[in-house]
Amino acid sequence: MERGNYILRKTAFAVVTLLAVIVFNFFLFRVLPGDPVKLIIHSPRMTREAQERIRVQFGLDKPVWVDTDRLRQGDILGALDTQFTAYVVNLFRGNLGISFTTRQDVARLLAERVWRTVVLLLGGEAVAILLGMALGLIAAWRRGTRLDAAILLWGLFSWALPTFFLGIILLILARGHLPVGGMATPGLRPQDGLSYWLDVAKHLILPTITMAIVYTGEYILIMRSGVMEVLAEDYILTAKAKGLSTFRVLRDHALKNAMLPMVTVIALTFGYTVGGAIQVETVFSWPGIGRLMYEAVQKRDYPVLQGSFLLLAVSVILANFLADLLYSVLDPRVRAE
Amino acid sequence: MKFLRQFIHSPMGVIGAAMLLVVVLVAIFAPFLAPYDPYERVEASPEDILAPPDRDHLLGRDDAGKDVLSLLIYGARVSLIVGFTASFMSMLIGTTVGLVAGYYGGRIGNLLMRLADFLMVIPDLPLMLVIIAVWGRGLWKIILVIGILGWTYTARLVRSQVLSIRERQFVLRARALGASDARIILRHIFPQVLPLIIAEAVLDISVAILAESSLAFLGLGDPTLVSWGMMLNFAFERAISRQAWWFLLPPGFAIVWVSLSLVLIGNTLDQIVNPRLRTHHLFDARRMVALVTGEPPQRGVELPG
Repeated sequence: MERGNYILRKTAFAVVTLLAVIVFNFFLFRVLPGDPVKLIIHSPRMTREAQERIRVQFGLDKPVWVDTDRLRQGDILGALDTQFTAYVVNLFRGNLGISFTTRQDVARLLAERVWRTVVLLLGGEAVAILLGMALGLIAAWRRGTRLDAAILLWGLFSWALPTFFLGIILLILARGHLPVGGMATPGLRPQDGLSYWLDVAKHLILPTITMAIVYTGEYILIMRSGVMEVLAEDYILTAKAKGLSTFRVLRDHALKNAMLPMVTVIALTFGYTVGGAIQVETVFSWPGIGRLMYEAVQKRDYPVLQGSFLLLAVSVILANFLADLLYSVLDPRVRAE
Repeated sequence: MKFLRQFIHSPMGVIGAAMLLVVVLVAIFAPFLAPYDPYERVEASPEDILAPPDRDHLLGRDDAGKDVLSLLIYGARVSLIVGFTASFMSMLIGTTVGLVAGYYGGRIGNLLMRLADFLMVIPDLPLMLVIIAVWGRGLWKIILVIGILGWTYTARLVRSQVLSIRERQFVLRARALGASDARIILRHIFPQVLPLIIAEAVLDISVAILAESSLAFLGLGDPTLVSWGMMLNFAFERAISRQAWWFLLPPGFAIVWVSLSLVLIGNTLDQIVNPRLRTHHLFDARRMVALVTGEPPQRGVELPG
């Protein structure tokens, strides 16, 4: 019963958040100076017919948000016949507009690139989480020793290190030994089979290492303080008094209980990780969503920016929602909350 | 002051404070320290472009023929201004929201915390990126965006503290004596939360500085000012293929230097004001064994077998 409630609450929050992002995305690009749709309409490169088509598609002849005249007449459905409604309808049809620079369909552009970013994120996160948890646990357990100080310093240092600068340093160091840009050696194509995918994997090494190094630091610090808090609990003293070995205390009590905050933190920092992916993709020209955003910023390609932001925001919101669900499975106390 | 004494006895904190002091002094005295004025137009001949270090230009020249050392010195100003102002804004909003939500609770408190939850699940950098890209690049716009988006963690921290302090004896007593809400919050609760806020603020400055430099690196820095992130953006776009490390490395290390100094200070403060981190049964048990058996304490806890 309580668990159903918890899930219901989290679902409601995710839905409201998604809607808020859609509304925000609409207003940011429509209300602030530099309205992208108006820009494209006034572009001299557009034919009159193309301008008209866009005008109808985005409902530009209609009011922006709510038609107050028709609302006053009691025509509620008619009052909603606005630009915002047109935007939402287009969105759910998978229509995110057309790139200013390449004239490509933004939704197709994103679909083409999204898996590249997913691969980078999953690889980097997996390495960072495993390494961070292991080092954080060791540091907390050996608290006050030189090993702890070294691990802690690394954690602090990598926290202070800008992702893009680490990428640049690794790029300089590895040049000549590893591929430092792009997704595959020019000339190789997916049809080439295994040799192509091995080449892609090689191109992934540096971006993944960069992501892993930067985010390991964060997980070390969180794991270390999490385990330290757990080790201060009375049940650890009890377990110790029962004669359990240090290894079992760490594995069965400290690790398990420190895992819970880790799940939340991994989900909450997922937004930062996505931000890191933008920087890493920019440095290594990895052609994912991040590199796309970087190029869109340079060219002021607003439809691409808007679509990329929406995709990233929705992904992070969904990831957090999944983490909340996972949390209720892992921690029985949440259900009773 | 006990607090200050604890801080001085922590090598990490002292090193961090010294590192920060260097940057602050460089930023204040930039016009006296910089050998050239980076805002002055330079008539650069082709051989001046990305010229390597020599006696007149200790860190060489950039892609426009300007002195890199001078750019670096002036760049400290933007980083510190953005870091301190944006963090101050975040702290102001976060503390107010946390105090209100924690002390009064109710519908407004709930609404504010939901707003914080909402902002927490929106990816920061992409959000700042689209706002600045649409709104336009400018120092104050960047500060506002970073400051307004950065208050959520502080609000949570303050609120959870207020929730427990609110029920303590001295607060209940003050209320029974007829103190107003404003007086209780400002005189009794706020001073209790302040140390935590300060520790958080120092860490937040480094977050703001990193955010500004990331934005600038992605091409969204204030185009009228010299900043480390923008130097890296230019260097990355134009100098990396020419191996001009003198243009590429200094701004990066400068960012690491200032953010590391703040992380060291913030971490030290956090350890001082968060007393829960000080007990550790595995660690204490070792000491206890040493006391009882009279043997000197060993390093670490040995695994059996």
